[in-house]
Amino acid sequence: MTPPHESAPWMANLVDFAVILMLVIGIGQFRTPKRAKIGNWVAAAALGVAIFLVLTRHGIDNPFLVVGASLVGALVGVVIAFRIDMTAIPSMVALQHGMGGVAAFMVSMVEMVRDAQTLGPVAKVSGFLGLIVGAATFSGSMLAAAKLANKVNQAPTRLRGHNAILIGLIVVVVGLSAMMWDLTASFTTVGLIAIIAMSMLLGHVFAMRIGGADMPVLISFLNATAGVAAAFCGVIIGNRLLIAAGATVASSGSILTHVMCKAMNRGLGPVFLGSRKTRGIAARAAATTAAQVPAPAVPAAEPTPAVEAQPVAPAPSDAAPSPLQAAVAQISRAQRVIIVPGYGMALAKAQFDVVRLANFLERQGKAVQFAIHPVAGRMPGHMNVLLAEADVDYEKLVEMDDVNPEFPQTDVVLVVGACDVVNPSAADPAQDTPLSGMPILQAHLARCVLVCNLDARPGYSGVHNPLYDDPRTVMLLGDALGTLRDIRRQLGDTEGLGAA
Amino acid sequence: MLDLAIMLAVFAASFGVGFLLISRVPPLLHTPLMSMTNAISAVTILGALLLFSRDLDPVLTVLGAVALVTAAFNMVGGFAITDRMLRLFRTKAANGKAS
Repeated sequence: MTPPHESAPWMANLVDFAVILMLVIGIGQFRTPKRAKIGNWVAAAALGVAIFLVLTRHGIDNPFLVVGASLVGALVGVVIAFRIDMTAIPSMVALQHGMGGVAAFMVSMVEMVRDAQTLGPVAKVSGFLGLIVGAATFSGSMLAAAKLANKVNQAPTRLRGHNAILIGLIVVVVGLSAMMWDLTASFTTVGLIAIIAMSMLLGHVFAMRIGGADMPVLISFLNATAGVAAAFCGVIIGNRLLIAAGATVASSGSILTHVMCKAMNRGLGPVFLGSRKTRGIAARAAATTAAQVPAPAVPAAEPTPAVEAQPVAPAPSDAAPSPLQAAVAQISRAQRVIIVPGYGMALAKAQFDVVRLANFLERQGKAVQFAIHPVAGRMPGHMNVLLAEADVDYEKLVEMDDVNPEFPQTDVVLVVGACDVVNPSAADPAQDTPLSGMPILQAHLARCVLVCNLDARPGYSGVHNPLYDDPRTVMLLGDALGTLRDIRRQLGDTEGLGAA
Repeated sequence: MLDLAIMLAVFAASFGVGFLLISRVPPLLHTPLMSMTNAISAVTILGALLLFSRDLDPVLTVLGAVALVTAAFNMVGGFAITDRMLRLFRTKAANGKAS
């Protein structure tokens, strides 16, 4: 076949531009969920048009194989998309980043082997970068997906001389690329495979040190690198559409990475290079393992190290009510309630009971809102999706900056599986901790705080949470799902609880 | 070199436009946003299709087919799951539930 050349270049340019415009319009709809749904389909249609154009402009040599392979991928994609549990979304998204990486390095490799003689230097550099970034994105994403699915320990794994190993791998990969520069040697294919293998190792070593509450940064970063890989792919095959779409994705991933870092008050460097006190990581590792063990459904009735008390409480009958009774009394009296969900809620799969409790309280005429910290959960926006699935009115999901002024007028804050995002020491200028300066949800300003956490240990940061020692805080330690169900039973809300 | 300039311009312009648009996306929609942009990054499927516009030897054919399968999975699965996620976002008024 003759090399592809359109008869009217201006026409092709116009069509390419229209496709890019559709993508931009699609992304531009992500302001409200309703418009986003349309935007998603506009973007999908843009890619559909682009595929149609490629097929009509260039023709296909092996239609059965092409259609078959595409159908297989598409079918698997659709089936998984519709059957997967929403709690597995972070893992699924990571897996898809990885698949994007595979496609990018495969295309780069085929193009480099086939067109070794005709590729210019720019295309060659892009080809090598496409191989490296694509392969590293693949292995990094696979590890991230496994961590997010709790298939492997979420805690960071650090090797001795981790940074030196990373630098060494980069040197090896770049060196191999330089050696293969010619692309015409007899061992080119083997060399390219070696580059891919070393890049995968690089991605794996890079991702293994990131874990726990830093996962939102990793997954956002992989989103960006998948876009970059697609853009490099576009350069080597000389397709502007690929470059434009890849760049858009890269910018999206970069923004999310930046937002996540800012919300954790950590630079990209410390997150990725692991310069952090190991104390926090060890504590977090322990907390994660502990969280995976199903706790007894009844919260500890014995006195816990934490304080239980109510300041203005006309203590009902008993002089020392259990934390559960204290909590129920507080909720019954409250008029304004704010719920602060965290990753612990997802782990305990407590979102449905949280929402039922919220609905029950609303039916009693109380005002209930959800305060969503930007880094709550394991990926950007994780809590919003979980709560949306549990059928919360999304207008009740309030962002940090909007909800913070409301805490002083709030009677009860119910913290479900969150720690660092409500740690008041972050805002204390007298303290210098890893959390210092991190924006928090100001739960400590409310009249009473109920903490439904598994234990009173510090969060991922390893910083003790003084909120737990506050006399206005009631600690409801144990599995959040069990605790919430106990609260609901005590309040007389039995929806979905069966005979209780 | 003109090619390189054009490609860089396309990259820079798209990155810029993307930046402007996406920095205004509310955190509420960050997960669906990432899921959709992820599906968009499967434009590499165009590259995979272009591979088949000319003869390929058997080994490269297999590699090209792998690229097609993964890109199609990424693209179709990504848009589908984004849609499913966005359908979860409801208001009380819209789903007609009394509160």
